[in-house]
Amino acid sequence: MYQTTYHRASSVDEAASLFGKSSEAKFLAGGQTLLPVMKQRLAGPSDVIDLSKIKDMIGVEAAGDTLTIKAATPHYDVATSDAAKKAIPALAYLASLIGDPAVRYRGTIGGSIANNDPAADYPAALLALGATVKTNKRSIPAEDFFQGLFTTALEDGEIITAVSFPVPAKAGYAKMRHPASRFALTAVFVAQTKSGEIRVAATGASQSGVMRVGAIEAALKANWSPSAIDSVSIPASGLLSDIHGTSEYRANLVKVMAQRAVAAAG
Amino acid sequence: MGVEGIGARVVRKEDKRFITGKGRYVDDIKLTGMTHAHFIRSPHAHAKVKKIDSSAALKMPGVVAVLTGQQLVDDKVGNLICGWAITSKDGSPMKMGAWPAMAPETVRFVGQAVAVVIADSKNLARDAAEAVVVDYEELPAVADMQAAIKAGAPQLHPEAPGNQVYDWVIGDEGATDAAFAKAANVVKLDVTNNRLAPNAMEPRAAIADYDAAEEHFTLYTTSQNPHVARLVLSAFYNIAPEHKLRVIAPDVGGGFGSKIFIYPEEMVALWASKKVGRPVKWTGDRTEAFLTDAHGRDHVTHAEMAFDANNKITGLKVKTYANFGAYMSLFSSSVPTYLYATLLSGQYNIPAIHAEVIGVYTNTTPVDAYRGAGRPEASYLIERLMETAARQLKVDPAQLRRTNFITQFPHQTPVIMAYDTGDFNASLDAAMKAIDYAGFAARKAQAKSQGKLRGIGVSCYIEACGIAPSKAVGSLGAGVGLWESAEVRVNPVGTIEILTGSHSHGQGHETTFCQLVADRLGVPISQVSIVHGDTDKVQFGMGTYGSRSAAVGLTAILKAMEKMESKAKKIAAHALEASEADIVIENGEFKVTGTDKAIAFPMVALAAYTAHNLPEGMEPGLKESAFYDPTNFTFPAGAYICELEVDPGTGKTSFVNFVAADDFGRLINPMIVEGQVHGGLAQGIGQALLEHAIYDANGQPVTASFMDYSMPRADDLPSFNLSHTTTLCPGNPLGIKGCGEAGAIGASAAVINAITDAIGKNDLEMPATPDRVWRTIHAA
Ligand SMILES: Cc1cc2nc3c(=O)[nH]c(=O)nc-3n(C[C@H](O)[C@H](O)[C@H](O)COP(=O)(O)OP(=O)(O)OC[C@H]3O[C@@H](n4cnc5c(N)ncnc54)[C@H](O)[C@@H]3O)c2cc1C
Repeated sequence: MYQTTYHRASSVDEAASLFGKSSEAKFLAGGQTLLPVMKQRLAGPSDVIDLSKIKDMIGVEAAGDTLTIKAATPHYDVATSDAAKKAIPALAYLASLIGDPAVRYRGTIGGSIANNDPAADYPAALLALGATVKTNKRSIPAEDFFQGLFTTALEDGEIITAVSFPVPAKAGYAKMRHPASRFALTAVFVAQTKSGEIRVAATGASQSGVMRVGAIEAALKANWSPSAIDSVSIPASGLLSDIHGTSEYRANLVKVMAQRAVAAAG
Repeated sequence: MGVEGIGARVVRKEDKRFITGKGRYVDDIKLTGMTHAHFIRSPHAHAKVKKIDSSAALKMPGVVAVLTGQQLVDDKVGNLICGWAITSKDGSPMKMGAWPAMAPETVRFVGQAVAVVIADSKNLARDAAEAVVVDYEELPAVADMQAAIKAGAPQLHPEAPGNQVYDWVIGDEGATDAAFAKAANVVKLDVTNNRLAPNAMEPRAAIADYDAAEEHFTLYTTSQNPHVARLVLSAFYNIAPEHKLRVIAPDVGGGFGSKIFIYPEEMVALWASKKVGRPVKWTGDRTEAFLTDAHGRDHVTHAEMAFDANNKITGLKVKTYANFGAYMSLFSSSVPTYLYATLLSGQYNIPAIHAEVIGVYTNTTPVDAYRGAGRPEASYLIERLMETAARQLKVDPAQLRRTNFITQFPHQTPVIMAYDTGDFNASLDAAMKAIDYAGFAARKAQAKSQGKLRGIGVSCYIEACGIAPSKAVGSLGAGVGLWESAEVRVNPVGTIEILTGSHSHGQGHETTFCQLVADRLGVPISQVSIVHGDTDKVQFGMGTYGSRSAAVGLTAILKAMEKMESKAKKIAAHALEASEADIVIENGEFKVTGTDKAIAFPMVALAAYTAHNLPEGMEPGLKESAFYDPTNFTFPAGAYICELEVDPGTGKTSFVNFVAADDFGRLINPMIVEGQVHGGLAQGIGQALLEHAIYDANGQPVTASFMDYSMPRADDLPSFNLSHTTTLCPGNPLGIKGCGEAGAIGASAAVINAITDAIGKNDLEMPATPDRVWRTIHAA
């Protein structure tokens, strides 16, 4: 690791002002992505501003038809939150599948979506549920937030404070784990909103990051059942291909995971 | 046996310090004035080192020195050696390229060191390393073995034309051809044995400390065999004579073979410590472990098996290409030859065998012994062949094995080994019963109704352990003898120190070795301590690998114990005014049999040291030593059966049951044995399903971190169902065969046999990743 200066912020405003004062600052949440990168000397921020102790940024709350997860809430807290399990059980289940226990105790939803790894779990949920990303400056619909591999709508120094999810009528998640990293080799989140809209998002599959799967949405709109997806054909072109999964395999997984997610949603 | 004797499930003594974080590993050691080394490693798989400019680095804070490969040459430090000479079929010696500890001219794999920065701290050394400018001229590289042997392939070493190290043969070609000419059926199979990265939990580390006044070096290192390290460092690398070099291997966190070898880093640390006049520490990180710890396996094999009309095997032909990586590591040459092809008879009566092994250089990390070393490759090949044959000949795979089992012992195979004892039917019976083999068809049908593909796979392995008779291995080209030494020191108060040349790096020697003493003397194991891993304390030893510590190391202790007991009995007899022949040892006392006369062991010890009243002419003291050279290998064997389900939608494998029935001869501590089997099975299953060290066509490693290299985790593994069928090994007095590698040797074939059974297609390589299985299921 290169030399760096550590700051522990106690409020969002303090964090933003610290960021403004340093030359090349990075926010630190769970550190599960940032710290390995720093240890390998692939990043060398002058200052590291820790968000994980900001009280206003931690917690899971359900109010009316909205479930809000504050940005520095660790995955473990989401997985075990009664509010999350009641409002959107598929989302709590998704959090329980992230990495391993050590990663779940430290890693946060804010860090995960800010990083926007093409194989991360949360982006699929945000996209399928039509969530809104709240920052210290504005609200960004999930659709506009994710902009391709490791790229988001966040501006320099902008802090994610929370994510709010409209509670759906039904939702389900199915994940094929990457055998080494435990990220998604391919995973699919399916949701039926209370207004009847059907949204399906796949992560780990596309070369351009998390994506909606229109063909499956259309099939499910006609018939909400796993078998409705049997006849859907997912093209392999544009999908990731690596030592753990060819693009053909991932195309198959998009279908199979979608079927299992629908079955899980009921 | 007593509560702590042979056969007792004694809780491991060493776990107190390991579990409470009090283990003392090399990296825990801090010496006054210690500097830290950071190696500058090649990013290229093949390149010329044109220039190394360290001028900027030398001006950076805390930098003590930047040393290069050329300086090693200038100081006449020797190249790394390979200690087992193999002769090709044309009679020529194996062809080896020089391996300098840091490359002065040419780098041949990604991660090979070219220079080292020595600085006041690890971080400062790393900072400075970034300022060292190395000018490389890239050369064409070849990582794939098949590509490396083609005409026109990039050449690694001028000494080895065609990138060929050797072309070695074993067995009787004429007899084998004759068997094939008469065969009723011939079964053919191509298999790849995937390359693995060993990944001991503790990365390699070294601290070298040169004392200028005494001209003496101390090396703390992560070694499975500190004496062998000292021998090689002194005899071949010109570091220091043996009496001026102390090697200490303190607590070592796993080895699996990878810590047998002498690596460039410890050599450089020793040499650098003298140059800079301060202790030098190097601790590898995980990336360095992936890049530089010797890898395992990496074979490509074509094999054919001939059967007569009664399904009896009549002949076996094998041709194997073995990838050695860019250099020949310490014992690498022996692994695909004498540790592999000599086990190709498996558990079967095969009258004629012929095997050819071609060793190949590629621009990849060197390959050497890794848990099982050659024997997993042999066992996997034979057991895949048997399964393939059963499918082709349409007979039950268990029955085909029984038809061919060796049942008479001793049995001389056509490939050197003479099996001393075994009962292969007994282990297969036990495994089949444990898994309810007979009920499998019904379970398969049931699974099918739920959309799952269920399969069952058998693997009957045999291995050669307890290496080895020194004379035998010497005649095959080994540069060392493979005996073991021991010393029993009884203190005046009756506590006992056992000095052993075996080295424990997870095996539990501090417990099992004490159990032998407890068993013989009836003293509690708390009265006994095991001393190992320090060349200043233990006179000499050959170390721990090849499941040899109990069969060879413990037998040496037994021999020394017998000598000590014989003297102690004389002292006791003298004190009790009885005849030596009437003295028996029971519960910590020396008794005159048939009487109530007895003297406690501590009193015998005290008598030996006070020397006030010893038998006429007896020397004071109670300390004996022994060297034990085995008369044969030992032959652990067993039957593993795996039942699993494949999800046809994803290709993912889930275990239903895994049974292992092993014959390890006598068990000292069944709990520790089970732990060894669990770990071995995890590695065997890891190889079958998950692990693969991969290079791209240019020799860049693709799997140099745990984010890409799949290590097996607890939830990848089934709950194991273990049992033992025992035939005592006649070759050593304790009847021990060894248990350290069995799981890794036998498991992979059981898993692949089960998956191929489940999916109804025989053609499947390891690792059977979900993607690969899914594509195999859906292949036309
Ligand atoms: C072994 C391992 C396995 C993993 N497996 C999975 C998996 O299965 N699925 C999965 O989805 N993820 C997985 N992860 C990633 C994990 O979920 C991380 O938690 C996540 O990528 C980053 O979150 P973090 O809180 O650790 O963020 P950090 O590492 O602290 O930060 C990551 C990035 O986000 C920025 N950032 C953090 N918080 C904010 C904020 N509030 N506002 C703006 N920017 C912010 C940081 O500046 C940094 O650039 C794994 C990680 C590891 C190490």
